[in-house]
Amino acid sequence: MTREGWINAALYAGLLAVPLWAWATDEPFTITLATRVAILALAGVGLNIALGFGGLISLGHAAFFGIGGYAMGILASHAQSYTPLMETPFLIEGTKSMPVIWLVAIAASSLAALVIGALSLRTSGVYFIMITLAFGQMFYFFAISWPAYGGEDGLSIYVRNGFPGVNTLDPIQFFALTFVLLSLALWLSARLAASEFGLALGAARQSPQRVETVGLSPFRLRLTAFVISGAITGLAGALFADLNRFVSPTMFSWQLSGELIVFIILGGVGRLFGPVAGAALFITLEHVLGGLSDYWHVYLGLLLLVVVLFARGGIIGLLAGRRVAHD
Amino acid sequence: MTAILFIEQVLNGLQFGVMLFLMAAGLTLVFGVMGLINLAHGSLYMVGAFAAAAVAGATGSFLLALIAALAAAAAAGAIVELVVIRRLYDRDHLDQVLATFALILIFSEGTRWIFGSFPLFLDIPDYLSGPVTLPGGIQYPLYRLTLIAIGLVIAGGLFWLISCTRLGIRIRAGESDREMIAALGVDISRLYTVVFALGAALAGLAGALVGAIQSVQVGMGEPVLILAFVVIVIGGIGSIKGALVGAILVGLTDTLGGLLLPALFALFMDNSAAQTTGSALASMLIYILMACVLVWKPQGLYGARPA
Amino acid sequence: MTDPVLATRDITKSFGAVRASDGISIDLRPGEIHAVIGPNGAGKSTLIAQICGGLRPDSGTVEFLGKDITSLSGPARAQRGLARTFQISALAMEDTVLQNAVLGALKSRGGRLGYFRPALGQSNLREAAFEALHRVGLADQAAVRTAELSHGQRRQLEVAVALTLRPRAFVMDEPMAGMGSEGSRQMTQFLDTLRQDAPILLVEHDMDAVFALADRISVLVYGQCIATGSVAEIRANADVQAAYLGQDA
Repeated sequence: MTREGWINAALYAGLLAVPLWAWATDEPFTITLATRVAILALAGVGLNIALGFGGLISLGHAAFFGIGGYAMGILASHAQSYTPLMETPFLIEGTKSMPVIWLVAIAASSLAALVIGALSLRTSGVYFIMITLAFGQMFYFFAISWPAYGGEDGLSIYVRNGFPGVNTLDPIQFFALTFVLLSLALWLSARLAASEFGLALGAARQSPQRVETVGLSPFRLRLTAFVISGAITGLAGALFADLNRFVSPTMFSWQLSGELIVFIILGGVGRLFGPVAGAALFITLEHVLGGLSDYWHVYLGLLLLVVVLFARGGIIGLLAGRRVAHD
Repeated sequence: MTAILFIEQVLNGLQFGVMLFLMAAGLTLVFGVMGLINLAHGSLYMVGAFAAAAVAGATGSFLLALIAALAAAAAAGAIVELVVIRRLYDRDHLDQVLATFALILIFSEGTRWIFGSFPLFLDIPDYLSGPVTLPGGIQYPLYRLTLIAIGLVIAGGLFWLISCTRLGIRIRAGESDREMIAALGVDISRLYTVVFALGAALAGLAGALVGAIQSVQVGMGEPVLILAFVVIVIGGIGSIKGALVGAILVGLTDTLGGLLLPALFALFMDNSAAQTTGSALASMLIYILMACVLVWKPQGLYGARPA
Repeated sequence: MTDPVLATRDITKSFGAVRASDGISIDLRPGEIHAVIGPNGAGKSTLIAQICGGLRPDSGTVEFLGKDITSLSGPARAQRGLARTFQISALAMEDTVLQNAVLGALKSRGGRLGYFRPALGQSNLREAAFEALHRVGLADQAAVRTAELSHGQRRQLEVAVALTLRPRAFVMDEPMAGMGSEGSRQMTQFLDTLRQDAPILLVEHDMDAVFALADRISVLVYGQCIATGSVAEIRANADVQAAYLGQDA
């Protein structure tokens, strides 16, 4: 196994061991922190497919995270108030079932990614960054000004949604669910990276001309990557909403899009476990620095500057000692 | 809806638009000349507003407050350029996004540290407050009218600067060919610092001017920054003319959309439903405008350079 | 006369006031190397872009294998077997040599892209890639990162990627550029054998190579094709000497 492989295995084991230890010593708060790491890492794994593999710097992935969150919020709020979503032309009821909510979150965020991607990918470079940012903001303002689902105040869900055979209110069991989903997403993303599609997508990032001359359309490759990416981030949004039992427009905020990118950079761009390392470090910093100072974002900002200016390749890059992540 | 209300909203849109232009002009220059995407431009807007509020609070002079805003934002811009930004010119956009995101965190939390979380207020001076009567009997706040005038004067000044002065020639040369101006013996790194500080000063001025009609608080810069991005996407990156046209389009679309859409929906819906649907849709309108421009002209209205 | 594999019919392309292509009609016949020469700014790049799908001509058509492909995209033309190499290497530099070669084989082996099958684990793709790498003499470099190849090796890899497409025609943009005399000589020998795979439309500055390889030569000047003929005919053509060779000498 390569050095990066060992680091990945250690990260994976650590993410599993910490909550198990916390469960044994009865510290539910630590389990919740680990659950946050798993969910945010999942969102990062999604973004990494677009950003790391495809080179698409999306500063609007909060849109998909928020859509996933609101998919949960809307379905569950209708279920808890026993009112159908709509009655004509056919009846759609709310639901408290996680698998259904997940499917809806994935479908809705893929659809949004398809539309946003199709428009944004007409451009590239800095235009793409600004446009994805603007589309994210569009959803944010829409969520604020649409009063049916709480508007600015958001929506509270009183009881966590259910999953067959699992007591989702038990922190360790809910963690297990998110951990399984994260593992699936990591597996999917590893397969994708090594696949024919992954090879072509990586080549499109490095030389779009090359991809065209072998008969492939860079636009279609990128759009596909963007949709898969949005779908995974949307699923993470649904889980995040379930963790907090609350959704609000802040799930759409541009800061969240920025933080998702931060996870990836802290961890290492294009590396399979980069988002996991980044999310774990981010949550740990938030917890440790946040305990020391109310203004911990200043230190986070300084740390980020140092990483960008002096330690390209992120944590995994530093530890694995290799700058290039793609192979 | 009356004609007076409509004209008022047009003026509001114009006022919003010219203030957006002050933000967008700096962004588009910095991108055009240095190829840098600067997310921290909104922080400079905030720095200007806070400097103005602090100086106005201490001296009571609005004019001094504006000068302080210009000076503080320009200084902050120059320092940031010297310490951080100039290391980013050769980096890819991802590094630029991340480093300037880090700057936002530092600026925002630093400001919160110094000034606290509560909003500050910057008062409109007496000589600019109160309404004026426009031809046709329309009452309109003098201060907002002044903003429009200031914005248009600065826009004119910028066009003059770019087309007629030596600095402008260098800026235009820098946009088309960096090696060329280095070969001509222009001190590039100084030019970059000057352009960055100029953009920062404009952002700081906008922050101070708008701060007097809204509140001055941490995080005030980013929504404006994102709108300024929409403006330059519409106008075309690097084009001052595009920034002006885009800013006024966005300003008018936003204010008129909020007025007209609910009224439009009221034609075929009951009133409260029309109000909610209309205003929710109005909040998305400028982004829809942006999407339409993109479909029509992916490089923006006046953009020549493929980015 | 056999039907041409690839042909432009009276194509015209203007940029503002400049006519970069002014009614160009050239064709590429089976088994031949057809060289296109001309001074800088004669419109060679514009011609290639129109043939390969990067630009759409203002008027006229491009035909390939007897079909009008004028409105097809670049990728669609590549899928039909129109293989192109670039003047400045356009390769996935972070990837290995083998990955670049496999990339070429993806689409020509038909069907859709796989999302789960490991690209390098498929024997048919590997075989196609290694076969092409063998032909250009890079098989022992398969595991090397492309960025570490020498300039000449990158040019060879460009040709190898083109070969994996199972091409019906090659369009090569200055394959000798920057190769050095020994490299040029080897590449010339190699292209000489390559015409058995598919005919080559060769845009090249290296006159030794052109005269050694070309069955026919077309001369572009100011967007017009002023002459087409055998090497001997072109050498003897007074217009060409006046307009082009004369300038160089």
